[in-house]
Amino acid sequence: MGDHYHGPATGVTRWLFTTNHKDIGTMYLWFSFAMFLLGGFFAMVIRAELFQPGMQLVEPAFFNQMTTLHGLIMVFGAIMPSFVGLANWLIPMMIGAPDMALPRMNNWSFWILPPAFLMLASTLFMEGGAPAFGWTFYAPLSTTYAPPSVTFFIFAIHILGVSSIMGSINIIATVMNMRAPGMTYMKMPLFVWTWLITAFLLVAVMPVLAGAVTMMLMDVHFGTSFFSAAGGGDPVLFQHIFWFFGHPEVYIIILPAFGVVSQIIPAFSRKPLFGYASMVYATASIAFLSFIVWAHHMYTVGMPVAGELFFMYATMLIAVPTGVKVFNWITTMWRGALSFETPMLFCIGFLVLFTLGGFTGLMLSIAPADFQYHDTYFVVAHFHYVMVAGAVFSMTAAVYYWLPKWCGRMYNESMGKAHFWISFIGFNITFFPQHFVGLAGMPRRIPDYALQFADFNMMSSIGAFIYGASQLLFLYNVVATIVAGERVSDEKVWDGAEGLEWTVPTPAPYHTFEEPPLVPKPAGTI
Amino acid sequence: MSSNTTAVPGHEKYYVPESSSLAVRATIGLVTSVFGAGLVLNDMTYGAASESSNSVWVLTAGLVFFVLTLFSWFRTAIRENLAGMNSGQLHQSYVLGMFWFIFSELMFFAAFFGALLYVRQFVGPWLAGEGEGGRMNALLWPGFEFSWPPVTTPQEVVGGVDAQAIANNGAFVSQEKSMAPADAHAWYAWLPMWNTIILLSSSATVHVAHTGILAGDRKKFNLWLGITVGLALVFLVLQAAEYYEAYVLFGLTLNSGIYGSTFFMLTGFHGFHVAMGMTMLLIQLIRSLKNNHFTATDHFGFEASSWYWHFVDVVWVFLFLFVYIL
Repeated sequence: MGDHYHGPATGVTRWLFTTNHKDIGTMYLWFSFAMFLLGGFFAMVIRAELFQPGMQLVEPAFFNQMTTLHGLIMVFGAIMPSFVGLANWLIPMMIGAPDMALPRMNNWSFWILPPAFLMLASTLFMEGGAPAFGWTFYAPLSTTYAPPSVTFFIFAIHILGVSSIMGSINIIATVMNMRAPGMTYMKMPLFVWTWLITAFLLVAVMPVLAGAVTMMLMDVHFGTSFFSAAGGGDPVLFQHIFWFFGHPEVYIIILPAFGVVSQIIPAFSRKPLFGYASMVYATASIAFLSFIVWAHHMYTVGMPVAGELFFMYATMLIAVPTGVKVFNWITTMWRGALSFETPMLFCIGFLVLFTLGGFTGLMLSIAPADFQYHDTYFVVAHFHYVMVAGAVFSMTAAVYYWLPKWCGRMYNESMGKAHFWISFIGFNITFFPQHFVGLAGMPRRIPDYALQFADFNMMSSIGAFIYGASQLLFLYNVVATIVAGERVSDEKVWDGAEGLEWTVPTPAPYHTFEEPPLVPKPAGTI
Repeated sequence: MSSNTTAVPGHEKYYVPESSSLAVRATIGLVTSVFGAGLVLNDMTYGAASESSNSVWVLTAGLVFFVLTLFSWFRTAIRENLAGMNSGQLHQSYVLGMFWFIFSELMFFAAFFGALLYVRQFVGPWLAGEGEGGRMNALLWPGFEFSWPPVTTPQEVVGGVDAQAIANNGAFVSQEKSMAPADAHAWYAWLPMWNTIILLSSSATVHVAHTGILAGDRKKFNLWLGITVGLALVFLVLQAAEYYEAYVLFGLTLNSGIYGSTFFMLTGFHGFHVAMGMTMLLIQLIRSLKNNHFTATDHFGFEASSWYWHFVDVVWVFLFLFVYIL
């Protein structure tokens, strides 16, 4: 053994200077959880204001800042980095690699995130307040009418983009180049597959987002007229560019979640994943389709009818590969020896609620119907079903599933189950009524509403407080596990778990697979 | 399924670097630069908070620190390679990294090309009242007619910013002029065509340099790499001359409507990338001349820079087509 393979350094420099994928994964995970709590706190402010009709707690302008920052922080600060953290921890262990392909760049990808979010959050204290134009930052709200802090918002987005691009290049290089001998593409665990495809999406669309915010920057400071009709540009151009990024972005968020669920459901069904190859092809199809559906977010801007029709049919097509996935998960459970530990509960919660979110997505894809749903709480309900019950539930499942492997200690199962049920019930109390108020016409992003929406909004707010509180239980459970959980030493923590990460000791040593393993023939996937 | 009996015994160890302060230093440099740039821009647009604003110094300090860090980062990577720590597999990671980085750069340009095509194909005609999107013309921009390159902006047609029915974010000056050749006999005076010839030749010369190093002919390599850097410099000088012409003679500026916006964004970012690519090639030239770094089998620093150079060239071909010719 060379001198490169000692244990971790001590003190703060271990974390600042690390090149170890496990350290970096841990930092990503903790950072994203901190952002989850911050974004969640903003959500609580929103729900507190909406608890009753009329102006209650905050100024309308501040309310808008809260909705904007809530969305930005949850998407870019909580969900995306959490899955990057998971990728860092798991991909090298799953494919039998000693580390990520480019370890120093890996560390850089992480460390530019905290200052970028610090810069974003600091806009709250700037003159004119934080950005208040919604997480989609449509022009001209984000150009002509933007507060001066928009400059720092733009640069924060640039840095997040740089981080994401470097992170995905690292993942692509790792998966394409670092697989252990015998780990062919079609033997890779599905989590690795979904992340590989996600990384391609990121490399393709984060630069487009950078282009969009750069045009904003030029419009604000240099008098260009990309998004101003007076000079021959068009605000709708902004929406096209934004959603060319934004639609693949929602798959960037959900595909790794699909990967997680595809690892966990087989483990607790004690059966291999049903239809492995079709899962891979479905993921690739979803990724491809994501590039040609962007304008379904823009049905009401006055597109030509041909455009409406094209984007409507293309969007509906996505239901096919997504349906393949849902049926494969259900078929995996069919006649399996099921058990319902916390990770499995969250996965089943994911399966039910994500499917519901998918169905409302199908409703929204119908262009003529969307004219009624557009920009209502129905949309808010839809995307929280896929973002929270989809991405966040699967992320939570992942933490419960792999935590024992990471730290060699078992979490408290009854507390985990309580966390699931409180989350599940709180989530549904929050967002299910929003379908109804949305269909009845309550617009999103407003601090006040008509009286007939009062009851459902109060329910939503109570549900949100319950859901929010349950995350503190999660935090407690995780910390308690790391500090004083019951020790586990089995390599295979779960009897049904398959894959290379379950062949290394528990807790996973600081360096794994310095020598590539021989990949066992069925490789846990097929 | 492929056999899994081979490869493991003879497997080369993948070099995982020691913990390193490079990433944190680069973070400090990058974030300070960006924060400084934000301060400078806000001072410019919204007025500085005080007479003695330090914004420029924040930006400068950040940039200097960032460039120095990148320098030591690359130096570290080069030293590791010279020390024989890089396996073929690590080299492949670098190859993949550079390839996908270039792909991401292409997508960055795609956003601006997309904007250009959308404006020409849809926005212009709609503003002039054509088609399904044209219904607002009579209300907002009566009298606006669209052509490409546009000779005027909707704002000018209705009588300036104060006569506009909706708000805008920029006051537009002067009339625009086409950057296309005025008449056929002036083709030899048409800078973009010369720039195209120069850039295309530079792609060829960098390739000749590559064949030189592959054959182990360092003299040939240095010569043709030097010529490439020279051509890059000429391109940049001509581009600067063109900008001068546009601003001073034609009155075509960033501020003169969508034509100026797309023109300067596309050519400007391209020019910036040319400057980056030239710097990369220049550094490779210095490494070769001063330190004798490259051999016939080991010259990835040059190879990556040359890929980047070809990418810059390809982008220019599209630019020439969509910005100048069509």
